[in-house]
Amino acid sequence: MKPLSKKMVRDLWHLRGQVLATMLVVACGVASFVAMKSTYESLVESRDNYYSHYRFADVFAGLKRAPRSAAAEIRAIPGVAEVEARVVAKVTLDLPDLPEPAQGRLVSLPEAGAGHLNSLFLLRGRLLEPGDRDEVVISGAFADANRLQPGDQVSAVLNGRLRRLRVVGIALSPEYIYEIRPGDIFPDNRRFGILWMNERAVASVFQMENAFNDVVLTLAPGAGEADVIEKLDRILEPYGGFGAYGRSDQLSHRFVANELSELQVFGTVIPVIFLGVTAFLLHLVLTRLVNVEREQIGLLKSFGYSNADIGLHFLQLAVLAIFGGIVIGIGLGWWTGRGMARLYGEFFHFPILDFSISLPVILWSFVISIGSAAIGATAAVRSAVSLPPAEAMRPEPPANFHAGFIESTGFQQMLSTESRIAARNLARRPVKALLSAFGISLSIALLFIGFYFFDAIDRIIMVQFDLVQREDVEVGFNEPRPGRAALELVELPGVRRVEPYRVVSARLRFASRSRRVGLIGLSAEGELRRIVNDDLRIVNLPPEGIVLGSTLAESLGVAKGDIVTVEVTEGSRPVREVAIADVPRELLGLSAYMDIRALNRLMMEGGTVSGAFLSVDENARAELYSKLKRTPAVSGVGLPKAALDSFNETMAKTMGTMTWFLIGFACVIAFGVVYNGARIALAERGRELSSLRVLGFTNREIAKMLLGEQAALTLLAIPMGWVLGFATSWLVTRVVDAEIVRLPVVVSGETFIFSAGIVVIAAAVSGIIVARRIRHMDLIAVLKTRE
Amino acid sequence: MKEPRQRSGANASDAAANTASDAVFQIRGVTKVYRMGEVEVHALKGVDLELYRGELVVLLGASGSGKSTLLNIIGGLDTPTEGTVVYQDHILTSADESELTRFRREHVGFVFQFYNLIPSLTALENVELITEIAESPISAKEALEMVGLSERINHFPAQLSGGEQQRVAIARAVAKQPDVLLCDEPTGALDVTTGKLVLKVIEKVNRELGTTTAIITHNAAIAAMADRVIHIGSGRITEIIRNSEKKSPDSLVW
Repeated sequence: MKPLSKKMVRDLWHLRGQVLATMLVVACGVASFVAMKSTYESLVESRDNYYSHYRFADVFAGLKRAPRSAAAEIRAIPGVAEVEARVVAKVTLDLPDLPEPAQGRLVSLPEAGAGHLNSLFLLRGRLLEPGDRDEVVISGAFADANRLQPGDQVSAVLNGRLRRLRVVGIALSPEYIYEIRPGDIFPDNRRFGILWMNERAVASVFQMENAFNDVVLTLAPGAGEADVIEKLDRILEPYGGFGAYGRSDQLSHRFVANELSELQVFGTVIPVIFLGVTAFLLHLVLTRLVNVEREQIGLLKSFGYSNADIGLHFLQLAVLAIFGGIVIGIGLGWWTGRGMARLYGEFFHFPILDFSISLPVILWSFVISIGSAAIGATAAVRSAVSLPPAEAMRPEPPANFHAGFIESTGFQQMLSTESRIAARNLARRPVKALLSAFGISLSIALLFIGFYFFDAIDRIIMVQFDLVQREDVEVGFNEPRPGRAALELVELPGVRRVEPYRVVSARLRFASRSRRVGLIGLSAEGELRRIVNDDLRIVNLPPEGIVLGSTLAESLGVAKGDIVTVEVTEGSRPVREVAIADVPRELLGLSAYMDIRALNRLMMEGGTVSGAFLSVDENARAELYSKLKRTPAVSGVGLPKAALDSFNETMAKTMGTMTWFLIGFACVIAFGVVYNGARIALAERGRELSSLRVLGFTNREIAKMLLGEQAALTLLAIPMGWVLGFATSWLVTRVVDAEIVRLPVVVSGETFIFSAGIVVIAAAVSGIIVARRIRHMDLIAVLKTRE
Repeated sequence: MKEPRQRSGANASDAAANTASDAVFQIRGVTKVYRMGEVEVHALKGVDLELYRGELVVLLGASGSGKSTLLNIIGGLDTPTEGTVVYQDHILTSADESELTRFRREHVGFVFQFYNLIPSLTALENVELITEIAESPISAKEALEMVGLSERINHFPAQLSGGEQQRVAIARAVAKQPDVLLCDEPTGALDVTTGKLVLKVIEKVNRELGTTTAIITHNAAIAAMADRVIHIGSGRITEIIRNSEKKSPDSLVW
């Protein structure tokens, strides 16, 4: 080994505490990079493979009813590769262990097989036999949540008739990677599932022989999606087409894509934070090392070592110091990533979710980590290289303090002597102090963002389940019914209040923009379902005009008072100009509301209703549920509280895991910055502190003087971290797809307290670890040596 | 009138003109052995010594003679391998770490060769740092006045000359009205003129406050300002000389 290499190894050993702290930070940065990047890549790859092997459709359209011959017309649209026309229906299910009715989406499959487009991946059991009329294949998440196995039976109300269906297989479909009931915010696999059934069986039940009410298609390479959608809409219009849409509006795809883009953002931001901190820590450690080794550097130069040799030596030292961190980080990233992928597997249902780390991710881990080490080492290397040998061999001049900013304000009068020492040490190197505080503030910000998510979700739940969805049960009819159908619901056991609603699918147009929406008619005096602004204000439905959620209004480029064109895509398909009466800022989805009477007038119908919201007596629930399960006109039953419970169950676990990771990450950063800062302060001021020990100061008093600086930095970091965390949280609300959920910018007091509190504790612990070294200071050596 | 030079080897007590009741420190049979790897270094080999109230002694010896080790033990920075050190009614040799800290805090003033001031504190604040924790200090300003630095109390160490820094260090040491002032090579880093100035301050403190003062030095010229000169060599007290006439630091030559 060359002498310089030996020196390097010994320097590293000498600095092991600080090297270890820096390595931990690197390891976290690399681990978060590897885990998130690899999870992202693995998810994208799994999804893309799944989509291509199981032929996920590109364009989707629902309609009232079209003859099979229309499918040939669709097939003839230029740019269309393959078409599958099918029958899709909402059904009510009666599951053995579930008191309340569940809702199914029944999808027809061509006679035998797994379907050509959106084809099934069989998990257990078998696919459908041709000709059998009672067999169904059910979706995996639904089967798991209800512990259904091939061979089990479920009762279902199909088009008003109660049928017993036999589960023969359990399968996944690329169409339902994220299995969520349209209109819901959280998946509720217990109460919503997909059932696949033979086409002929479905057709005969729903009187759809030689007809279809849903079509999916793939595009030929190079085909324009918008073009095909337009032509498809034109073909389907006479058949009651609800409006075609591409993948970006497909529910499952949209949720997956949103999650992936969030993962990509976090997979960039978090590693950048860590590697930034790494660079800063290496800067601190190496600058100190160069100061200590001035004489040695001068000596080496006087012997004829070149600047390049010296510079390279310190650069190597920096890289070597973090090398172990990179390796640990890759291992930790692999382990974390596997866990993350498994967690995603609970929400996203892929046939195979293979987690793997790609070679580029490993190489990038090295490149970016070594890059940040090099950045951190630059200043130290530069000062080592630029020292003339003769000057280098003289000891560093004493710390030069002058009356400065603090003295000019007279502020020092208010400080104790110990505090003055800390204040002046900080003021002497303001940039270093600011960077240290910034480093600590990053860990506060990290926690802040994590806790903010809890706040946001709490707020969404509060708004959605306490203020908006106040019904106990939502009942959906299988088709629009006259107003008295809703009134009849009052007769059901335990029903205290009934509020009918109407929902029609429509396209809203303004200038060149248009959006497909479900236009909801509510009773203006209703209490069970309300429109709530994000400031918790209840929005009153005006008797005329349309109320658009702000996300929808923004996407259409409209404001209150504008006139939009409402093209209803069902019933008599009226087209009307309607004034926008209000634009409330809602948290969820793309909503458009009207007073139910105004909507009925617009539809030129009497008091037609699509369903009703019910308020129900707690004690009569079981009876009501069993009645609803057998009510032919009911095709869907929504239970907001049950959905919330199931969400809390799954989400609590995910959020819990995420929180522990964030806490761990934050503590590592806080520890790294405070520990290194205190160690360097101890090294720089060791003589000063030992002198004070000699003069009769106790270990405790000395620790206070040493850690005062770190304490001040940590205190300074708290407001910085809050501001940074708030700003980042705000940015995150911009990243999340607002059409799925508009994250409210609300931060609870707990978020402020915990984000700062946890970091203060981590900082205190690292400070105490350093302070223990004070006991081992050599009090005698200090009297004899000059720094 | 000239008193006879009294020489003493192992037993210093019979050389003392003062009575035992005046002894601030009683040092008996102190040895100190350091282990340096495989080697045992005998820094002190059975030292007996008394320091008396109000006297100014100079411990004179070459480097490696053991004088610093002896000062460290007297100052409560180090403990002997064998022997006892009694300060008034405290037995230092059986005191633990925190008792030694309290001893230094309450009774000892230190002046170091390299001043060891806190660079981030002004002259005044350096002194105040000590007066804040002392039981019955004189005011920091008064202490600085005594060392002739009342004009520069708001200067930082980096803005003071070496002699000025050392005088701040003396002010710091005496401000708490210590029972004993220990000066380790106080002029070692200073030129002659400045060194004399510093010694004058030490002599003034000894005279005006009556603080028992021990100066260790290898500079024999300084011995002339002492009441007693204690020669140390190879870990032993080789000779104790009582000066019949203390010289003023001004008249010293080196």
